[in-house]
Parts: sequence; C-alpha cells; structure tokens
Amino acid sequence: MQWPPPWRRSPLLSASPPPGPAKEFLRPGRVSEAARLYSHYVTPAEGAREGRWQTRPSLRPASPTNAPQQPPLANVCQQNYGAPQDPVEPAGLRSASHVTGSSLGKAEVSCGSRRRWAELVPESSWSPAVGASKMKVKMLSRNPDNYVRETKLDLQRVPRNYDPTLHPFEVPREYVRALNATKLERVFAKPFLASLDGHRDGVNCLAKHPKNLATVLSGACDGEVRIWNLTQRNCIRTVQAHEGFVRGICTRFCGTSFFTVGDDKTVKQWKMDGPGYGEEEEPLHTILGKTVYTGIDHHWKEAVFATCGQQVDIWDEQRTNPICSMTWGFDSISSVKFNPVETFLLGSCASDRNIVLYDMRQATPLKKVILDMRTNTICWNPMEAFIFTAANEDYNLYTFDMRALDTPVMVHMDHVSAVLDVDYSPTGKEFVSASFDKSIRIFPVDKSRSREVYHTKRMQHVICVKWTSDSKYIMCGSDEMNIRLWKANASEKLGVLTSREKAAKDYNQKLKEKFQHYPHIKRIARHRHLPKSIYSQIQEQRIMKEARRRKEVNRIKHSKPGSVPIVSEKKKHIVAVVK
Amino acid sequence: MTANRLAESLLALSQQEELVDLPKDYLLSGSEDEGDNDGEREHQKLLEAISSLDGKNRRKLAERSEASLKVSEFNVSSEGSGEKLVLADLLEPVKTSSSLATVKKQLNRVKSKKTVELPLNKEEIERIHREVAFNKTTQVLSKWDPVVLKNRQAEQLVFPLEKEEPAIAPIEHVLSGWKPTSSMMPVPAPCPGNPLGSMGICAYDIRASAKLLNSSLLPLLPYRYHKVVKKGKAKKALKEFEQLRKVNPAAALEELEKIEKARMMERMSLKHQNSGKWAKSKAIMAKYDLEARQAMQEQLAKNKELTQKLQVASESEEEEGGTEEVEELLVPDVVNEVQMNADGPNPWMLRSCTSDTKEAATQEDPEQLPEPEAHEVSESEGEERPVAEEEILLREFEERRSLRKRSELSQDAEPAGSQETKDSSSQEVLSELRVLAQKLKENDQSRKQKASSEGTIPQVQREEPAPEEEEPLLLQRPERVQTLEELEELGKEECFQNKELPRPVLEGQQSERTPNNRPDAPKEKKKKEQMIDLQNLLTTQSPSVKSLAVPTIEELEDEEERNQRQMIKEAFAGDDVIRDFLKEKREAVEASKPKDVDLTLPGWGEWGGVGLKPSAKKRRRFLIKAPEGPPRKDKNLPNVIINEKRNIHTAAHQVRVLPYPFTHHWQFERTIQTPIGSTWNTQRAFQKLTTPKVVTKPGHIINPIKAEDVGYRSSSRSDLSVIQRNPKRITTRHKKQLKKSSVD
Repeated sequence: MQWPPPWRRSPLLSASPPPGPAKEFLRPGRVSEAARLYSHYVTPAEGAREGRWQTRPSLRPASPTNAPQQPPLANVCQQNYGAPQDPVEPAGLRSASHVTGSSLGKAEVSCGSRRRWAELVPESSWSPAVGASKMKVKMLSRNPDNYVRETKLDLQRVPRNYDPTLHPFEVPREYVRALNATKLERVFAKPFLASLDGHRDGVNCLAKHPKNLATVLSGACDGEVRIWNLTQRNCIRTVQAHEGFVRGICTRFCGTSFFTVGDDKTVKQWKMDGPGYGEEEEPLHTILGKTVYTGIDHHWKEAVFATCGQQVDIWDEQRTNPICSMTWGFDSISSVKFNPVETFLLGSCASDRNIVLYDMRQATPLKKVILDMRTNTICWNPMEAFIFTAANEDYNLYTFDMRALDTPVMVHMDHVSAVLDVDYSPTGKEFVSASFDKSIRIFPVDKSRSREVYHTKRMQHVICVKWTSDSKYIMCGSDEMNIRLWKANASEKLGVLTSREKAAKDYNQKLKEKFQHYPHIKRIARHRHLPKSIYSQIQEQRIMKEARRRKEVNRIKHSKPGSVPIVSEKKKHIVAVVK
Repeated sequence: MTANRLAESLLALSQQEELVDLPKDYLLSGSEDEGDNDGEREHQKLLEAISSLDGKNRRKLAERSEASLKVSEFNVSSEGSGEKLVLADLLEPVKTSSSLATVKKQLNRVKSKKTVELPLNKEEIERIHREVAFNKTTQVLSKWDPVVLKNRQAEQLVFPLEKEEPAIAPIEHVLSGWKPTSSMMPVPAPCPGNPLGSMGICAYDIRASAKLLNSSLLPLLPYRYHKVVKKGKAKKALKEFEQLRKVNPAAALEELEKIEKARMMERMSLKHQNSGKWAKSKAIMAKYDLEARQAMQEQLAKNKELTQKLQVASESEEEEGGTEEVEELLVPDVVNEVQMNADGPNPWMLRSCTSDTKEAATQEDPEQLPEPEAHEVSESEGEERPVAEEEILLREFEERRSLRKRSELSQDAEPAGSQETKDSSSQEVLSELRVLAQKLKENDQSRKQKASSEGTIPQVQREEPAPEEEEPLLLQRPERVQTLEELEELGKEECFQNKELPRPVLEGQQSERTPNNRPDAPKEKKKKEQMIDLQNLLTTQSPSVKSLAVPTIEELEDEEERNQRQMIKEAFAGDDVIRDFLKEKREAVEASKPKDVDLTLPGWGEWGGVGLKPSAKKRRRFLIKAPEGPPRKDKNLPNVIINEKRNIHTAAHQVRVLPYPFTHHWQFERTIQTPIGSTWNTQRAFQKLTTPKVVTKPGHIINPIKAEDVGYRSSSRSDLSVIQRNPKRITTRHKKQLKKSSVD
C-alpha cells in the first residue's frame, strides 16, 4: 500500500511533481500561511504532510534549490522542507522523521513514515536554544490504519468487542433507548398537514387520481366538484356538476376523465383537464337515469363502471344503457366497490343491513351477509383479493374474508359513533376510517383496536376519507366544508432522509416494537389526547359494555350449563348469511 | 281486508294440494259422484273461482262429473269406467286402418316419451345460480392464498411491488464481450445457424452453453486458468521424471532428492498453512462464500499432504488422529460451522444460537424443559438460583422415579410367576417405604446427635419403634431380585445409602428396643409429639407418622392402602426432599445475610511480602462488621422460603403478562435479551435486525397487487367481453323498464 493514500495527498503533491520553478512558486504561499498562524508551532497533520513531502524521493532533487531561495521562511517555520540546511545533518534521520523544537522547549513531532513514532532523537543543528543537548521523546504508537477510513464514504471504524459478557447492560440500555424513542415519537406526533378549504357545502365524496399523487377530486353537497392540487394546496378547478348532492365520484383508471353521480339522477363523465379558453365547462357524456344513483365506482382495468341505487348497474362507457344490472332485495344500495385485484368482483352494501357480493362476469350476485346494523361502505384490500372491510353504523368495522362470510376475520372497534367511510392503505396493512364522531382512526388490519386517532377542534362529522396512493398521507372530507390532509404516520419526518436518519428511524421503530409490551412504554405509546365528547363517550360505552358482559356472564352462570350459548364477539354481529 | 286475502290464499293453497293429488282421488270421487248432489259441485266451482282470483292461473284439467254429449277430444277422461285411461286403449281401434299409419307412429313416439318435470321456481333457480357462481369465484380466489400468506409473513415488503425486469443479456452477448487472454482458453464456437452477433438464442446455442457448463471449459476464466496451468506443469514434470528414471536412473535419483528437498522446504515453510495473507483473506471470506471455504479446505488438505512426515509403514492410527486434531485446530471454526446456520453474522450470537439449538434438542423431553430457562434466569438474577437448584433436584428425582417405574414395568411384563412377582413387588414397596422412613429418621438422628445433648437421643429413638424392628429385615433384604434393572437399582440404592447415610447401628438402640415394646409406650410417644418444636417439625413429623402407618399396613393390606403406599413411595422415591429443602433454605438464609467488609491492606504500616500476613490486630481494626439485618420474614415458618430480594421499583417496569404471540416466557425473555443496536452488533447484523417491515418509496404510486406481479397468469379475456357474451342476464324487470323508457 502506498502512503499517503491518494485522497490524503494534497492537490499540490498528488500531481506528478512539476520540475523546479512551478512548485517553488506554489509552495511559499502555503507555508507562509501556516507560518503566520503558528509561528513556532506546526500541527501534526501539517507536519505529517511535510514529512511525507520529504519522503517522496521523486521530489527530493527539487529541494536543494528551494532552501537557499527561501531563507526567511525556513527561519520562521523552523522546519527544513527536505532541504539540508545544515550540510552536516545526517540524511538518514532527516528522511525518517522530524522534530521541531520551539524556543520554549516544546517538542512537536512530525512523522514521515507512519511506523516510526517511537523514539526520536532530534538533531537540532538549527535551533540555538536547544543546542546540542539530546532529548528523548516517548510517544504513543498508533497505526492510522486502525482508525482512518479509506474514503469518506466508508463507515467510521469503531474498534469494538462484541462479546456479550463485556456488555452486561444491553437490555437496560436498549430499554431506555426504546423509552426515549417512544417519548420522542409522541413529541413529534404532529399529523395535521393542511386544510383545503373552498367548498361551500359539506364534502360528500373524495377520489384519488390514479396516475398523479398530487391531484385529488372532491364532490360537495351542493353539487360542486373541485379538483385540488395537494402540493400547492389549492383548488385548480371547480365544476358545478350536479343539482343537489354529488353522491359519488370516481376516476377512470387511466386518469383522463372522471365520473360523478348526483341527486339529479344523472351520471356524468368529465374530462380531467379543464376546458380550453373560451370553452364551456361541459361533461363529456351525461346519462339520464330513472332513479337516483347513490354511488359509483370504476372498473380497475376496463372501460366499465358500476353505479348503485335501486340496483347495481354495470355500464359500458360507450353505452347509455347498463349492460347488466343486478338486484337482490329491494332496498336501496348505498355504495358499490370494485375489487382492485380480481376486478370482476363487486361488493355493495344496502340499507337493509346487508352486504352483497356480485360477480360481474357471471352477472349474478354471489352471497349476502346480513349484519346487526346498516353498513355504510365497504373497501377491498388492495393486496389481498378476498378481504374487505365494512364500515358499519354500530360503531364497528368488520373485516371479512369473502369466502367465509359467517364470521368476520376481525371486528375493529374504537369509534364511538357510526363509521361512515373506510379506505385501505395501498400497502394493504392498514386502513383508515371516518366516523360521525368527528374523528378518523387508523387500524392495522389484524388488530381490533386502532393505532391512531386524528381529530381537530374544527373538524365536524367526517364523511369521506381516502389514503393516498403512496401510503404516506390521509385525506378526509368533513361536514364543515374542509378537506384535511394528514400524515399517515403521525411522527414521521417528511422529506428525504439521510442514511443515518433512516438507520436511526428503523432502529427506533424496532426498539419500540421490541419493548412494546413493557408497561411504561405501552402507556406512553397508547396515550392520546381526545376531545371531551369522544372521551366521555368512550367511558360511557365502556361502562355499558361491561354491564352487558356482566349480565351475560351472570346469565350463563345461573342457568343450566349449555343452555345459554356463548357467542363470540365476532359472531355476535352477524345475523345471517344468505346464499 | 288483509285477513280476507289471507284466507283466500290459504284456500287456494289447499285447493292446489287437492289438485296435485287429483289422479289418486279421482278413482274414489268418480265412483261416488254418481249419486252426488249439486251442492258439492257448486262448492267446487266456488273454490275454483276463488283460486283463480289469486292471480296464479294454473292450468287445470277440466273435470267432468256427469255424462254429456259433448266430449272434447282434448280432454279425454276415463271417468266412470273406474280405471285409468291408457294410450294403448285409444290406439286399439286405429290398428285396423292402415291409412292412419303416420298417426300411429306419432302416437307411439309420444308413448315412449316421459312427461317433463315441473320447472323449479325462479327463486330456487337464482339461488342455485348464485351458489354455483360463488363456488367458482371462491376457487378463483383461492389461488391468492399462498401469495397472501407469504405477504403476511414476509420479513419485509417493498412497495411498489412491480419490479424492473432484471435485464438478462443473451448468452452470445456475454460471450462476445469476453475475450480470451491466452491461447489455452477456449473460444466459443459460433453456432452454425445463428451467427454470434445475432439476437436470440437458438437451440444449438443452448445446448452448446450447457456443454460449456458441463465441461471444464467454462470455469476456465482467468482466475482458474493459472491453476490449470500449474497442474499441467506438475503433470509434465512427473512425466519427465518417469522418462528420466528409465533413461538415467542416477539423474532421476538426484531429481528425486531435489523434489524431496522442495517438499521439506515446503514443510518447513508455513506456506500452505492458513497463516498466509491469502489464507487469511479466505478465512474471512469463508464465512460468506462457499467457494472460498472450499478453497480453504482444499488448501488445508494440501498442507496436510505436504507436511505429512514420511513415516514408516507402521504408523499408528492414534498419531493420525492427533494430526487431525491439530488440523482442526488450525481451521477457523467458521469454515465448518457457518454452513449449518448461515444467518447470524455476529459470532457471539452464533455461539448462543448453537447452544439454543442444543437446548431445543433437549427440550424434547418435557421434564427437562424448565431447566435451561431456569439457568438463563439465574444468569440474569442471582435470586433465582435456588429455584434452579430445586429444578435440578426435581429432575433427578423424576429420573429416578422413571427408572423405578421401568423396572416395575419389566416386572409386570414377566409372564411366569405373576403372583409371586406381585407379592414381591408389594414387599418391595413395603421395604422401600421402610428404607425411606429409616433414612429420614436416621438423618434426623444424626443431626440431633451432633446438635443436642446425648440425653435426648434415647427419647427420640423411643418414639419410633417400628422402623427399628424392621432393621434386620432391611439389612437382610428379603425380596428377591427379579430383574437386571432391579439389581442395578439395588446397587444404586445401596451406594446411596452408604454414601449419604452411614447407618449407625448402635448397641444402645438395640437395648432400648425392649422398653419400646412395653404397653406404656404410646403414652410416652404422645408426650414426645407435643414436645416437638416448630423448627424440627418437618424432620420429626414424618417418621412418626410412618411409625404409625407401617403396622396398620401390615394388618389391613387392602387396596386403598396399597395405593397410597405406592403414591408415597413414588413421591419420595430415592430422594430426600425435605432435607434438600432445609438445605436450600439454609443456603438462602446465608446468602441473604449481610457480609463483613475487610479493608486491611497487607504491607501498609508494617512489613509485607510473601508469607507475611497482616496482624490480627490490624485485621480486627479494619474489618467492618456488617450490621445485623432485619429478621427474615420466614424465620418462624419452617417450611417456607420467602424471597426478600424482590424489588418493587423494578417490578413496575416489568411485563406482567406473557404477550400474545409467545407461548412461553423464555421465548419472550430470549427476544428481549438479544440486543439489536449497533452497539452490540456488527453493522451488517444491525442492518439485518432493523429492517423495517414495510418499505415504501416516497412519491411512488403503489398499485394494487396484480396476478402478473406474483407470477400468476391473469385471464386473457377481459371482464367486459365475458359479460357481453352472456346477455341473457338482463332481468325481465329491467327489460320491462327499458321498454317503458323507449315508449316514453
């Protein structure tokens, strides 16, 4: 290995040594700088550099010319840059290393070859103060290989012994780190990002642009549709789409147009781009229907969309009549959703408390499950074809496997009022729910309790909620005409992270996971401030639930064993499954 | 109004039933109808009218209940004849006329056909349709099961899921890019049909590449090339040597010597040991690279070969083993070890891992399961140690018991002399019980002999008369030794006794026995029992109980007693639980006592050196006596150990309930005790341990999972085309609606 390594060579030296004058011209400036700053002192680094300079044999021939030309410099910075000032001085010593001695008797050692630190005997023919006395200097011996990294991109080398017996306090230390991480997470939990205002009535529906993360569409209760730009946080287009409510809005899979349905019994298709100058704002197509449509969803791959109202209609975009319509029961259907994975599947929920699944290909309903109370919307898991979650009026959400509707996979409870909307994170690991209790909650798919609750003082009943396609943000539209933008992960730092930040984030996350069961950490991680209304509701409902449970337990206890069946919480809310 | 409706529909229903049953009833009604009055008919008509009101106008057979002139040709009935009308009867007159041949044929054909079944009602049909469709859909969806499961269990999911296709360059591109550096390296021949530069791979190409792979040609990339060259040289040299030997034996001998010398040099040098630069680098790489590992092993083999002493033929195997051992010492552990568990970059972790596996292996035995965890706990908290000891003791006890059981089983297995064996086994039980009692008692005695004054000894001995009587019996060992196991066990027990309880057979005891047999003995015993102090409750009580029990056993001999005896025997089989407990308690008490601190510094203020001890005065002066701690809570509770080390302050930070996914507390402890920080792990391990579960790219849209993403073939037909092919499903209701709308 060559020393110095290329990155440590000064630019002056790293180039092939120019002969004579050019170098001489360059050198004095640099040295004089150092000389001015430290008239009697040379930093080890400087010294080392100089020493290196000296050891380079290729440069040596240049030096004899150097010394005579710069006598003042050589005197100020009492170091001979490879030039034998005193012809008596033995060459071997000089080439090995240098010791500069100040007049005060201080000794600074500069090292030429890095393994020769041990003992140096200065030959100070140039220093009158020290004179001919010999000085022995003992130094620590260090090998830069052990602590200098080769490039600055390399990791710092930390000599460390990983023997676990040498680290007896691993667990307590990690525990404290986890505790701190949890606390910091709470400290930095500021999820609210922006509020998009502009609507003149409650926001009734939201839609994401399939190809553009920054674009969001919203329909209000006064028939107005607005298109928003999230990065600029402003409205970029306003369309008076319907008379009365905009009941549903959906975008075409390609993102070129969007569909709205309204209380005026029409389905309208609009171009995503606004009209050109002088053009009037007009829908591409308008379909007049017989009945009110309450919801709309577009197929994920093809030019097909589905509306719901009295029945579920499936429309070809090119036709004004539905290509297929499916009914089962007579109550009005409040929402319909296409399965994003197996795209021929549809789910709908009707006001007669049931959820009906349809197969578009076979043009038939598949199965129906009747719950205790009405389901407002359903949402399919985008990563698991057969899983969907239903937002119910009984304050709960139910995650179903569509192949086994008689028992929900999970009952998610935490809301204290009807759940109005639900949307999955595109990763399929979590979903967000909007509730009439003026809050939105984030649930992990496999947990029955929410991990997060968002609310603000001004946010009223939340009617619609969407999780953005990059899974970072959540939007919710509420009664009081605002669309709010939240972070999906409350304490996440936005923007680009450095690798160290990322590593720290991951580590903290893992620590929190590891120690999540510890009482203190659990308490801190779970702590949320809630508005008084929600808080008191929770308390009240807890009491009610406990009373009900107690009664049930007592009933079981005091009746003949087996006569009172024990019904699990999951099964309790399912009335029937109709084939 | 509604009630009326209901009644009507009910009537209609009954009517329907009648109609269904009509053919059966007909015979009867037909015969009866002859003399029937009109009222009945009127009623029938009324009912019909009502049923027709219902809206469901069913086709009914017109009934004729009287003879009439007008006979409809479509409604032929066999009324009045009292039998069913058969088609054959009608055909009878046609037979004769040949002009009606075609009609005849048609009628014959009709005769052979069966009546079509009534179609199912609409709801039923729809339901069946739905069920079939649901089953189909379920099948389609079930293909997602493995994907979903995989994603749920995945260590890490990276979104968006769509991956860029790794650009696989066609083989000719790769080959054309590579140029041979020497003439020895093979040049891939261009395939005939397909010139080298052209795109795509022909069959020949593939075959050729396969051949390349198989032959030693492909590995001849530069780094292997030199190896091959070296080998070739060696071979060549050998050949030359052979030739030389034939031509010029003297020169050959010289050559041989040279070779030998080279070998010796090699042996002296450490070239092929793993101390060289190359070897060291390989040793590092060996952890991660299979090839490097192989190379290393190869080298070691070579080293062995080279350094082998040229020995005489009578080389002992022992020595070989020795050298092997040395070799193994030279090999770094990772070379052999890492192959087993490749993941675990931290060698310390690795070590613990292997120990874990060992543990896992041992855990197959349920009794042994608690042992390692106890051990673990003991490492972290000193206070738990007694528990671990107890565990060990319990395990020993368990082992012994199982051993005994086995022996008993084997006894049972013996076919002949079952009666005898039973007897003997019961005897054995008895004797063992006695042994136990004896042990307990003697134990107690010996302790007392040491502790208390001599005067108490006879009293205590007087308490237990029965075991004393049995003593000769015990010594003689009257039971027959039935099996080999028993024999072993016997030996065990004997040595156990010898070791722990040297039986003090005293003359005094013998002499004391006579007074024991006196009738007034029981009274005395009672008194003594009252006198037993609380401290010695454990030790003294059990023998006294036994002394009572033994005679009754002898007398009663019923099943229950025997069972109980068995139980007791099992419980205390070959193990002195009580003594162990006491010992443990004593240890715990000792451990909890505050210790004195000795602050003497030898050589301080006086002479010091080897063999010199600080003076007693000095020691006394610098010894800080620990203050007497508070009295133990279990001071007056002889059969309880109360651990006073529990810290409430730390308890507040500890998990009280085992969290969900864990099934055992040691699993949880283990996860907690494995640090994940970079302070305790290498960088790589740290990165591995802290990989987030879900990774998303900021600013990237995550699309729903697609069949193509996970390697499934999504159906080529679009959903739309499928619907358009089944147009029949537009319901009638909707059709009506459509019609209406078109009219409007």
